[in-house]
Amino acid sequence: MTQATLPVPQEGHHDDHGHDTATGTTNTKLAMWVFLSSECLFFGAFIATYLLYRGRSVKGPTPRDVYNIPFTSVTSFILLMSSLTMVLALAAIQRGDHRRFRVWIIATGLFGLTFIAGQIYEFTEFYREGLSLSTNVFGSSFFVLTGIHGAHVTVGIIWLLSLWGLSMQGKLGVQHSERVEIAGLYWHFVDVVWIVIFTVVYLIPPQK
Amino acid sequence: MTAVPEVITPPSPHRVDLLRRPKASRGFWSWFTTVDHKKIGVLYGATALVFFLIAGSEALLIRLQLAGPNGTVLTASQYNTLFTMHGTTMIFLVGMPLPVALGNYFIPLMIGARDVAFPRLNMFGYWVFLFGGLFIYSGFVLGGAPNGGWFGYTPLTSTPMSQGFLPGHGPDFWTVGLVMLGVGSVTSAINFIVTILNMRAPGMTLMRMPVFVWMMLVTAFLTAFAIPCVTAALIMVFFDRNYGTNFFQAASGGDPLLYQHLFWLFGHPEVYILILPGMGIVSEILPTFARKPLFGYAVIVFSGIAIGFLGWGVWAHHMFATGLGPVAVSAFSLATMLIAIPTGVKIFNWLGTVWGGSLRLKTPMLFALGFIAMFTIGGLSGVTHSIVPADTQQTDTYYVVAHFHYVLFGGLIFAIFGGFYYWWPKIFGRMLNERMGKLNFWMLLIGFNLTFFPMHILGLEGQPRRTYTYASGMGWDNLNLLVSIGSFVIAFGVLVFIVNIIFSTLRGEKATADPWDARTLEWSTPTPVPEYNFAEIPQVQARDDFWHRKYTEDAEGRLVRLPSGGSDSGTMGAVATLEVDEGSGGHGDTPGENGDGHGDGHGIHMPSPSYYPFVMTLGLPILGYAAVFKNPWLAIPGVLILVFGMYAWAIEPGTAEDES
Repeated sequence: MTQATLPVPQEGHHDDHGHDTATGTTNTKLAMWVFLSSECLFFGAFIATYLLYRGRSVKGPTPRDVYNIPFTSVTSFILLMSSLTMVLALAAIQRGDHRRFRVWIIATGLFGLTFIAGQIYEFTEFYREGLSLSTNVFGSSFFVLTGIHGAHVTVGIIWLLSLWGLSMQGKLGVQHSERVEIAGLYWHFVDVVWIVIFTVVYLIPPQK
Repeated sequence: MTAVPEVITPPSPHRVDLLRRPKASRGFWSWFTTVDHKKIGVLYGATALVFFLIAGSEALLIRLQLAGPNGTVLTASQYNTLFTMHGTTMIFLVGMPLPVALGNYFIPLMIGARDVAFPRLNMFGYWVFLFGGLFIYSGFVLGGAPNGGWFGYTPLTSTPMSQGFLPGHGPDFWTVGLVMLGVGSVTSAINFIVTILNMRAPGMTLMRMPVFVWMMLVTAFLTAFAIPCVTAALIMVFFDRNYGTNFFQAASGGDPLLYQHLFWLFGHPEVYILILPGMGIVSEILPTFARKPLFGYAVIVFSGIAIGFLGWGVWAHHMFATGLGPVAVSAFSLATMLIAIPTGVKIFNWLGTVWGGSLRLKTPMLFALGFIAMFTIGGLSGVTHSIVPADTQQTDTYYVVAHFHYVLFGGLIFAIFGGFYYWWPKIFGRMLNERMGKLNFWMLLIGFNLTFFPMHILGLEGQPRRTYTYASGMGWDNLNLLVSIGSFVIAFGVLVFIVNIIFSTLRGEKATADPWDARTLEWSTPTPVPEYNFAEIPQVQARDDFWHRKYTEDAEGRLVRLPSGGSDSGTMGAVATLEVDEGSGGHGDTPGENGDGHGDGHGIHMPSPSYYPFVMTLGLPILGYAAVFKNPWLAIPGVLILVFGMYAWAIEPGTAEDES
């Protein structure tokens, strides 16, 4: 862990060139915001599809047959907690505390992994209870929506672990904290999307 | 503003050089690694033009088939493939990339920037466009080109191949290819948005931006928000076809109409994605050749934004015939009528710009005027679609084909041709020939009207679209023959353009920096434009800043050329003077400063070329084939290449360090 105290060589100037932009927001951060707003429409389409097909399945299993709300509540809570550790990781790197940064970023990644493990467990359980992609419109819209969300979380985990790896090599200095902030924006976004999915998919009572 | 001069950092001890950094900024291979927005713009333009010729040839085959009743040139199946590929190509591989080509080249120049916000992402967008286009076309030799229409309605496209609705892999190539192209469109849209919002030169406030930049900004937002809707729909179609989901299978409770909603939620903003850049181009050409400021600049800008917003509320007018119910139909009918207002406002503003101007009817101006006339006809037939009973009658007839060709060919393509003639001298340093240009314009205008005007009548007489043949004795024979003749007149007009390009490249008159005596910043740069665009970032004082640097008004309001411009007949003017200043200043201050071959001694660090956008994009078609042929082994190299490219890109600094 000694690398943390070494002076980190600046690799060019692509991380700080944004401070004199016309809007005052750096290029990468603005780009991430636009990208995330584009993603809203993407998830919106799948969520709308799920809602349209609620109660339209011509045969079971239905949501009531397969959902295990207590279990999913726990994994959802873990995913939400990862947003807290993400905030702590950003705060740590912004004040130059690389040791704590690594602890929190790893914690965030592990919380994310726990969520994904829970989703894999849930998917296998559902499949065992007779719900697959092709069983009914519930199966189709549920698996594709939550599966695409899971893929987004997985990309986020890989991103977080890459930041951790860079930090271990001593290549992620205080001046690069914006990289962490941007990964954090993405991470918080997939969390927020999950809050919406958990509410409209799991919690709103099924029609039959 | 990206280039911070004189930041010399010692090479990092941890630097990873997976591939040697490319250095060449000229020569054949530099086109593979360039991150220069101007070169990328040229690549976009050249590639889209090739696709334009391909799509045009497909249209000619269609017209040969339909020239007479009971045509035998094509089989029904070939005809399906051709009209699908003509539409798909024109929308995604011509109509979207051509404005991106001009935007790439001119947005940074118009706002006083040295490059776009993300030069490597820019190149990535181009590669995705090229590979996505080749991927879709590879279906012709790899088991079936797309054949379900450019709109790909379900359940036709979503029913599994085994059930034989559509033979071959056509819809698979179509869905996967369009998802791929969508990735490229969204990245390029994000790049434009950030560039326009963040990279403006000092003094270039939003309300001083050229209208073309404004319209590209609205277009980029529409692209970023519309593409994800169709991506979701395409993923569902792909899953229905290949993994047994029931999204659009009515027997399992699925709703095929959902696809139409998702598709047109993208598809109608898409119409504005295609036409708004055209409106922007025309708004640049008209003031230049009328020698008057744009009439009602703010109103034109706000109308463009209003079109961008309203464009989200009209999609279901594509679906009036599906039985949406009276409430939805009335709402969408009203919204559709409403959107004619900002569009009409723009047309009157353009007329106001031309009115009383000292017009110079050069080729770009002819195309701009042609745009106004043709687009107005197309807009009016569009309003007839908002009248629900009329629309129900017109749906799926040639009347609709006539309408959208008037807005897309008469609108977008005319504007693009105008833009080519207008900006060609700045891009390539040579004028396009004026006489050939006029022949080009008149052939296109006559051919276009011969082709598409009779389609209105054919449609009202009931000729259905997307049908490979028609019986004789329906009263359609003569008009169809006329349409087919017209399509070959268009082809001749395009041929004249190609000849003009070749002639201009070989023997064309050398262009000065400001051949049209124009108004906006891109003309203040020397021709050819240096790699760094502006030796000094301009300080913008006004809208049409470059014009105000050249001209002032006397007491009676007449134009007076400012002294630095020299004579008032020449087109060199202020530019030439500026050029000399730049040259001497730049070379004198920092002789041979950087070793990486950029800036030619100006000490301006430009983003360095990179292999990784190309490498990363190579993974995408491989993944695409893995998806189409359901071959997981093929996915492994695809993912590996993609991940390698992504990491190498992330590690590589945007600007290479100077090597000692």
